[in-house]
Amino acid sequence: MTEPVRAEATTNPGGEEKYYLRFTREQRLMHAVLFTTFLGLAATGLPIRFSQSFWARKLAAAVGGFGAILFLHKLCAVVLTIAFLLHVKEVMRRGLIHREKGVFWGPNSMVANWKDAKDLGGHMRWFVGLGPRPKFDRYAYWEKFDYWAVFWGMVVIGFSGYAMWFAPFFAHFLPGWALNAVLVIHSDEALLAVLFIFSIHFVNTHLRPDSFPMDMVIFTGVESEEEFKQKRPLEYEREIGKGTLEKKRAEAPPLWFVTFARIVGFTAIFIGLTLLVLTLTAYFS
Amino acid sequence: MNRAARRVVSLTVGRWTFAIGLLLVLLAAWPLGAQECLACHSDATMTDANGHSLFVDGQKFGSSIHGGLKCNDCHAGIKGYPHPDKMAPVACKNCHADEAEALKTSVHADGREHPCTSCHGDAHAIYPKTDPRSAVYPLNVPKTCGQCHGVNGMAGKHGLPSVYPNYMDSIHGFALSQEGLLVAANCQSCHGSHHILSHNDPQSSTYKMNVPATCGACHAKIETDFEAGAHGHAIAKGNGKAPVCTDCHTAHTIVQPTESKFRMQSTPICGNCHKDKFSTYRDTFHSQLGFLGGYVETARCWDCHRAHDVRPTSDPDSPVNPAHLIATCGQCHAGANASFVKYDPHANAHDRKRNPGLYYVRLFMNLLLVSVLTFFLLHTILWIIRSRLRQLKNRAAKGENHD
Repeated sequence: MTEPVRAEATTNPGGEEKYYLRFTREQRLMHAVLFTTFLGLAATGLPIRFSQSFWARKLAAAVGGFGAILFLHKLCAVVLTIAFLLHVKEVMRRGLIHREKGVFWGPNSMVANWKDAKDLGGHMRWFVGLGPRPKFDRYAYWEKFDYWAVFWGMVVIGFSGYAMWFAPFFAHFLPGWALNAVLVIHSDEALLAVLFIFSIHFVNTHLRPDSFPMDMVIFTGVESEEEFKQKRPLEYEREIGKGTLEKKRAEAPPLWFVTFARIVGFTAIFIGLTLLVLTLTAYFS
Repeated sequence: MNRAARRVVSLTVGRWTFAIGLLLVLLAAWPLGAQECLACHSDATMTDANGHSLFVDGQKFGSSIHGGLKCNDCHAGIKGYPHPDKMAPVACKNCHADEAEALKTSVHADGREHPCTSCHGDAHAIYPKTDPRSAVYPLNVPKTCGQCHGVNGMAGKHGLPSVYPNYMDSIHGFALSQEGLLVAANCQSCHGSHHILSHNDPQSSTYKMNVPATCGACHAKIETDFEAGAHGHAIAKGNGKAPVCTDCHTAHTIVQPTESKFRMQSTPICGNCHKDKFSTYRDTFHSQLGFLGGYVETARCWDCHRAHDVRPTSDPDSPVNPAHLIATCGQCHAGANASFVKYDPHANAHDRKRNPGLYYVRLFMNLLLVSVLTFFLLHTILWIIRSRLRQLKNRAAKGENHD
């Protein structure tokens, strides 16, 4: 599975820089749908989860009012579900019907392999100064974790959400206690997703020193040769070795689009961090 | 008068005698005082030595319930003018003995603090309670009592709360002031009039044990329901801990139970006693969405347990008896079935014995949350530090090269 969740790179203002394609338009659109609906789900779900907190009623009013909050939550859920199913269909089409190589295994796949385990260990050793920085391939281990965390999260939160939405129907297959359990599963897994995305993903991908303040590649789809070489040396070298690097050549993104993407991206990060602060205040009060 | 009569008699005879005789009878029958007293007391500026007004509005007095009485029926001791130096105070009890007797043991027994006029108004303009001009006409009662039992009222001196504004905002006050319903409960419907007792007095209509009967005077069916339920049984047995009407509805701030305000405020009231049930309820979606405020539809205690006829689950008549669960849950959840009603609306995720499945699911989810976040938090923090160090090192190296 080769669905990228995000990448790491910084936009380089260098004028003569060569640019290479990392994400297709469909993949970038998928990320846009994903973060838009995720923010919507978090903003409408958190007031319900923490309805006792001092901000719950105000936030509920701000995101559409009490009457609309559950409707908006379900609306975002349905859109996200459709996006998820389209993604699964696309992966199946590429991997099973078209027999495209490298979808389920290899350096371009999202499936974890032995190198990811070694990279994790090596990266941690590098953190504490006990070894060199590992060389990463197209998708680093934390990127794969993000992908699978979101994948698993959508299955778990989605299933438990629909089980609550259509409880009498689901009751035909689920034992009675499961109807109680789905709320715990839904809210705890969603809480994990909110805390993870709004802190770990934001920092790992956008806010850490190497990418600060925002990695634009998920919005523009392209990155400069220098970034490519530095961030993903194994993939870069392989493409050179195979002589296919030039196939990835792309135009530099237009300035207006970069500006637009920055506004959207920073808005998303701002909303996310706000929700993170609210969540933490509710959780620890 | 006698001298005048003698003069007339001396001047006339025959049929004049009859006319004069009639005049005499009329004069003798004229209420003593009403006209004579008003000769002076109709002066609106008339005051006594202390500056208190001595003015009497003859017209009002004439139309009042006491309009047929003579002034000295009440102002005993006054035979004519000049008045005696010391006058006996007006004693309403001379005629209204029953009321005076009832008042004597009431909270308003102190006649100086609560003279009859403090409720009945102007002594010379007292009307029957069925007359809209009366201070104790049903629609006027709250305002009359509110003079003392309102904001900054005299009742505050005795540590009593201001209840008048609460009442006026209540459903009873609204029905009375906005709709003019004579049957709407006013102060004296619950408290009585002359024999008002403290709610701590077992004889009082507002004593806890008597409240159901007091409210039941109007809300008869609800009283019957209440008596059939667990709370009513407990009250009948003398268990003062069980709630009565006012514990859930309050005494003066009573709102329409279907209003979101009431639906919001009353679940915690049940929780005052049913603490464990309230705490487990708060873990459910019913509560989470319900507490947001606008969602009045989600189930509150009485939507499942009934409000007045609350019965134990084991009672076959209880709506939460297993036999009725499909119907009870089905009120909101269309398609509720036997498996659906196995849902536990008071599940406790921390109680392994009661909800083992839920207990382990929660444990797993908590462990997952804590372990993932702990690992990645450490991972990210170390990463930030290392990256920053490398950046600074690189910059320093570059700087050296440039130099």
